[in-house]
Amino acid sequence: MANTLFDKIWDRHVVQHVDDGPEQLYIDRLYCHEVTSPQAFEGMRRRGIKCFRPGNIFCMPDHNTPTHDQDRPIEDPVSKTQVDTLARNAEEFGLEHFGMMNPKNGIIHVVGPERGLSLPGMTIVCGDSHTSTHGAMGAVAFGIGTSEVEMVLASQCILQQKPKSMRINIEGKLGKDVTAKDVALFLMSKLTTSGATGYFVEYAGEAVRDLSMEGRLTLCNLSIEMGARGGFIAPDDVTFEYIKGREYAPKGEDWDKAVEYWKTLRSGDDAVFDKELTFRAEDIEPFVTYGTNPGMGMGITQTIPSLDTIPEAGKASYLKSLDYMGFKPGQKLLGTPVDYVFLGACTNGRIEDFRAFASIAKGRRKADGVTAWLVPGSWMVYDQIKEEGLDKTLEEAGFEIRQPGCSACLAMNDDKIPAGKLAVSTSNRNFEGRQGPGARTVLASPLVAAAAAVTGVITDPRTL
Amino acid sequence: MKQKFDTISSTCVPLPLENVDTDQIIPARFLKATTREESFFGENLFRDWRYNPDGSVNEDFVLNNPKYSGEILVAGKNFGSGSSREHAAWAIAGYGFRVVISSFFADIHKNNELNNFVLPVVVSEPFLASLFASIEADPKTIVEVDLPNQTVTNKATGESERFEINGYKKYCLMNALDDIDFLLENKDKTIAWEEAGKA
Repeated sequence: MANTLFDKIWDRHVVQHVDDGPEQLYIDRLYCHEVTSPQAFEGMRRRGIKCFRPGNIFCMPDHNTPTHDQDRPIEDPVSKTQVDTLARNAEEFGLEHFGMMNPKNGIIHVVGPERGLSLPGMTIVCGDSHTSTHGAMGAVAFGIGTSEVEMVLASQCILQQKPKSMRINIEGKLGKDVTAKDVALFLMSKLTTSGATGYFVEYAGEAVRDLSMEGRLTLCNLSIEMGARGGFIAPDDVTFEYIKGREYAPKGEDWDKAVEYWKTLRSGDDAVFDKELTFRAEDIEPFVTYGTNPGMGMGITQTIPSLDTIPEAGKASYLKSLDYMGFKPGQKLLGTPVDYVFLGACTNGRIEDFRAFASIAKGRRKADGVTAWLVPGSWMVYDQIKEEGLDKTLEEAGFEIRQPGCSACLAMNDDKIPAGKLAVSTSNRNFEGRQGPGARTVLASPLVAAAAAVTGVITDPRTL
Repeated sequence: MKQKFDTISSTCVPLPLENVDTDQIIPARFLKATTREESFFGENLFRDWRYNPDGSVNEDFVLNNPKYSGEILVAGKNFGSGSSREHAAWAIAGYGFRVVISSFFADIHKNNELNNFVLPVVVSEPFLASLFASIEADPKTIVEVDLPNQTVTNKATGESERFEINGYKKYCLMNALDDIDFLLENKDKTIAWEEAGKA
């Protein structure tokens, strides 16, 4: 019975069932960034066609943007070409474009929700796996490839097999200094990076309901790291309160009508999920990763699993991973010296993340020998940091705020962690070379990152 | 690249690692191209495993081992996890692979392969383990992937399995048609859906 929230949103957007094939799904919102869209626009030109529904499409560069001197031309000529190409394509195809230095620019997955472009009940796609972020608004949002971007440009639809549905309940209250990021890293460590492949995840339970909108965005952002196509949270008063008054959000009568509809967006009490899992919030502590995929994580006080706990077929990958990180089975990570700290990305580049980081930095000093990059997710976040005076607190502690973009999360701009260096990063992936060739990444929350930044070693923020 | 797919018999390149993510298949710094130059992406397939940090060839990596070649890549489970970058599928196609065999694929990457006329073939864990063993024993082991009949056969052992693919996508692959052709033909249905007031 189609009674999960996922079914409700998905089924409403099905244009047709293709015989012995996928479904033709209508897309409400397509976001384009500069990396995964140029070949799609190229394809459109080759076919000689225009965008079918240009008003539903928003473009902005984020992956290549430098985090300094954005008012000057990008130094890297290849990055510059890619960013310029997006601007040209947006103009040619008549699409809204928030270019560099536009006050609306930032990481797509930060900008969409904060501008009221991503709304409950929508289908949202982007050529980026972290599109799952927008699910926090109560939307069905997922990443697609460039061919699929071209499909949406051309027809506002994609062909897609309907995923199965899973509900993950986090019951109880999260402990002190345990954040949405820790919940996500905990889930990945339980499910592995493929445990939710083929599923769309609804997050529910008291601990999820208690999360702020920023926390929910972080949790949904990381759905893809368990293999899930997307993750979402049923919209509630927290969601409505967040959206109200935002630039592109419905206004006046439209607002009332929208909220009335949004309130119906919840799974029925009798909804049946293909899979349902329940965890206790009290079992989650601040988390860190020790390996080269996000599922290789543990509570910060724990030790790296010994080899005999790893299944035979996975041993070679496990050893390769630890070898890359320079860690040993059975080792503790507490006290490990840290070279770099990165606060930012679509995972943790929002105002709440900067407040969290500043709460630890306040009255302390950045440790000598640690290079810290603090990169807001958007200009809007940047401005709010200044408004709240967090920049002062951070500057007094020896930190500086950079300009917005994806930055060191995937090091497509010049923010690259040097080979061999260990970074505690609030981003989403610790893959080999993700933050720069040879870079070693420990994923963690903004609190754990701040604790590392002020002590110079991996530190449990609860002990500060 | 649009090309008709039928039956492929080939030797294989084995990559018995699990969770091979798309950052390994093609690192982010090679995503800056603005056109679909498959040969460029193919040259940088598994770049950081193929080459040492100083740019020299890593002789230990399988793509650099002259014993192994062919149009089929055989990989450990959860192949293509992580980033949605279609550049990973372009790199695989650009290098010359037409089939990837694994016991499990990440969703987005699987779609990206299909949209680039590379066939992802899901086999059972025992079939995969046995195939890795056959290739290790004899790098000349031939595997036959028969799309019309949806079977994959390890010629060394005679083991054969049926693989799944929906009828629509199979038709597309066998006739070199893509989804955009289909969607453009079906615009009237999209408009009808919009007019029904659901948009």
